Amino acid sequence: MSRIVLEGISKIFGHKHVEAVDLIRQGKRKAEIAASCGAVVGLCDISFEIVEGEILTLMGLSGSGKSTLLRCMNRLVEPTCGRILVGDVDVTRLGRKDLLAFRQKTFGMVFQHFALLPNRTILSNVGFGLELKNVPAARRTEAAMQAIELVGLKGWEAKYPHELSGGMQQRAGLARALAADAEILLMDEAFSALDPLIRRDMQAELRDLQRKLKKTIVFVSHDLDEAVALGGRIVLMKDGEVVQIGQPEEVVARPATEYVARFVEHIDRAAVMRAGQVADRSAPVLAPTLTASEARARIAAEGGDAWLVADADRRFAGRLRADRLAGARPGDTVASLLESGADAVAAEARLDAVLARVATEGCVAVVDPDGRLIGGIASRDVVRALAARPDHPETSSLHKPAGAERWTGTSPNFPSTRSATKASTGSPTMALG
Amino acid sequence: MPPWVFIGLAAFATYRIGGRRIGLMTLFGLLFLWNLRLWQATVETLVLVSLSTVTALVIGIPVGIWFALSRRAWRTFSPILDMMQTLPSFVYLIPALPFFGLGAVSACFATIVFSVPPVIRLTALGIRNVPSELVEASDAFGGSTAQKLFKVQLPLALPTIMAGVNQTMMLALSMVVIAAMIGAGGLGRAVWQSIQRLEAGAGFEAGIGIVILAVILDRSTQALAARARPHGSA
Repeated sequence: MSRIVLEGISKIFGHKHVEAVDLIRQGKRKAEIAASCGAVVGLCDISFEIVEGEILTLMGLSGSGKSTLLRCMNRLVEPTCGRILVGDVDVTRLGRKDLLAFRQKTFGMVFQHFALLPNRTILSNVGFGLELKNVPAARRTEAAMQAIELVGLKGWEAKYPHELSGGMQQRAGLARALAADAEILLMDEAFSALDPLIRRDMQAELRDLQRKLKKTIVFVSHDLDEAVALGGRIVLMKDGEVVQIGQPEEVVARPATEYVARFVEHIDRAAVMRAGQVADRSAPVLAPTLTASEARARIAAEGGDAWLVADADRRFAGRLRADRLAGARPGDTVASLLESGADAVAAEARLDAVLARVATEGCVAVVDPDGRLIGGIASRDVVRALAARPDHPETSSLHKPAGAERWTGTSPNFPSTRSATKASTGSPTMALG
Repeated sequence: MPPWVFIGLAAFATYRIGGRRIGLMTLFGLLFLWNLRLWQATVETLVLVSLSTVTALVIGIPVGIWFALSRRAWRTFSPILDMMQTLPSFVYLIPALPFFGLGAVSACFATIVFSVPPVIRLTALGIRNVPSELVEASDAFGGSTAQKLFKVQLPLALPTIMAGVNQTMMLALSMVVIAAMIGAGGLGRAVWQSIQRLEAGAGFEAGIGIVILAVILDRSTQALAARARPHGSA
C-alpha cells in the first residue's frame, strides 16, 4: 500500500516556471537554466521508487535538494511538475481537504530541531497528530502512551519539552510520528542535532523499531555514516538531481560519479563492506576427498597457513591448517584433518564484524545463504579492501548531460535489494563455484 | 456597589493574578483614592479604560492575526499603523467631535483609535515569530489552517499578544485623561478642571490618582503576560 513512486519531480523556485520546466525537459541542468532564464531549480526531474517497508536515506550536501524532495512527498513543498504516487493515490492531484486527510493518515514527520510545542507536555505533544485528527481524548492518551513506551520515554510524559535532553526530545518527536500511526515516516535530518553517541543509539533504535513496525521510512541526512548505520538504500543527490541509488556497499564500491566518490572517500569502509565483497574468490579450495599428499601437491605453489575445504558443490566443509597438513600421513584424507570449530561467516556480515576473527584465525571462510563457499578472507584481503580507492566509473557517465543517466528505482548495474541483510551477489566470479 | 466591596474584590483579583505585592498595592492605592474623595472619578476612568481596551482588543487581535497571515495586508496597512502611532494624541480628538459630539462616546472613540495599534502590531509579530518548524509540524500532521492557528500559532504568540494588551491598556489610560478635553469624565476631568481653575493641589491629587491607577493596571497585565509565557522560556 505505502509504496512511493516519484515520477519526474521538478521544483522551480522563482518565476518563469513554464520556461524552466521546458528547459528541464530538454535535458538542461541547473546552472544552464539559471543562466538562461533566471529560475532556480530546486529539484530536476527526479524519478525513483521507494519500496514498502524500507529505510531509504536521501543524502547530499546542504542545498542538494534532499529536504525539498522530502517535503514534496507530502506536499509541504508543492512540486512544480511530476507525479507522486503513494500506493495508488496520486498525491499531486489531491485537493486541499483530501491532502490534509491524507497527510493525517499516511505521513508522520520528524524534524531536525524536534518541533515540539513548548507549551504542552510530552504526552500532549505526542498526541498532537491524533488531536488534529479529532480523535477523542481517551483514545488519544492511550495511543500516545503506547508510542511513548515504544520509544522508551515512559515516566516522562508529564514533563515539558525543555525539561528533556535533546535525545529525549527527539524520541518524543519520533513518538509523535508513531502515535499518529502513519504508514510512512519522513525524517528530516532527524538526528543531526544530537551529539554523536546519542545519535548512534537513536540510529540503532530506529532500525529496531522499523524491523518491528515495518514502516516505510524516508530519512534525510548529510552524513554517510548515518546512512550506512540505518542500513537501507541510499539516494545520493547533488544540485537537485539524483546521482546514484543503491545499497551503501554498492555506492562505496562503485561510485557512479566523481562527486559520489568524493562523498564516500572518508567513510569507514569496514562498516560498509560486506564479507562477501571482500572475500578472495580465487583462494585455493581443496576437496575433502583429497589425500594429504595430493593436497600438498595442490598447494605447493601457494603460500598461507590455512586452506578452505569445500566439496564439488562448493559446500563449505571446513578449514585445513598448514601444521596439521604437515604432520599428516600421506594417505590421510583432507576431511579427516579438518580443524574443528572453524565456522564460516555469512556473505552479508559486515566486514568490521569479521575483522577480529581474521586477525586471530588467519583465514575465514565466507559462505552464501545456501552454505556455498564464496571465498576466504585473509588479512591481505582486508587490507586490500580497505586501501582500495573506489573503482572510478569506467564509463565517465558523469559528464553526460542530464537525462542520459536517469535513475528509476533499481539501476541496471546494482541489484537493489530490499534490505541490506541480503548480500549483493551480482559478481560474475561467483558463478565459477 | 459600595467602594469597599469593589476595593476588596480588586485587591483579591490582582493578588491572584500577580501575587501579594500587587494585591497589597491595589488595596492601599484604591483606599487612598477613596480617601481623597476621588472614588467616583476613579471608577469613571476605570470604566472608560476597560471599555476602550476591550473594544480595542476585539478589533485589534483579529486584525493582527490577519496581518500575520497575509503578507500583502501587512505591507499595505503597516504604514498606516506607523502613522497612527506617530500622530500626537490630541489629534484624535478632532475627528471624534463631528461624529459623536462632546462627551464620553467621543472620548471612547478617540481612545480606541489611539490605543489599537500596539495590540495589532504585537499580535502580528507574535504569530510571525512562531518558529517555522512548529508551523510546519502542524502542516505535516495534516492540521487545517484553523487548527494551526488555534493550537500552535496563537498559544505560542500569547506572551507577545499579552504584551500588546498591556501596551494598549496603558495607551488607553493616557488617552482617557487627555479625552477629558472633549468631555470625558473621571480623573482626567479633575486634572483638566484644576488646570483651568489654577488649583495646583487638586490637580496634583488627581495626578497621583492616575499614576496609582496606571501602576495597578500595568503591573497586573504584566503579571498576566508573564503567566502566559510557556514553561522554560525566560
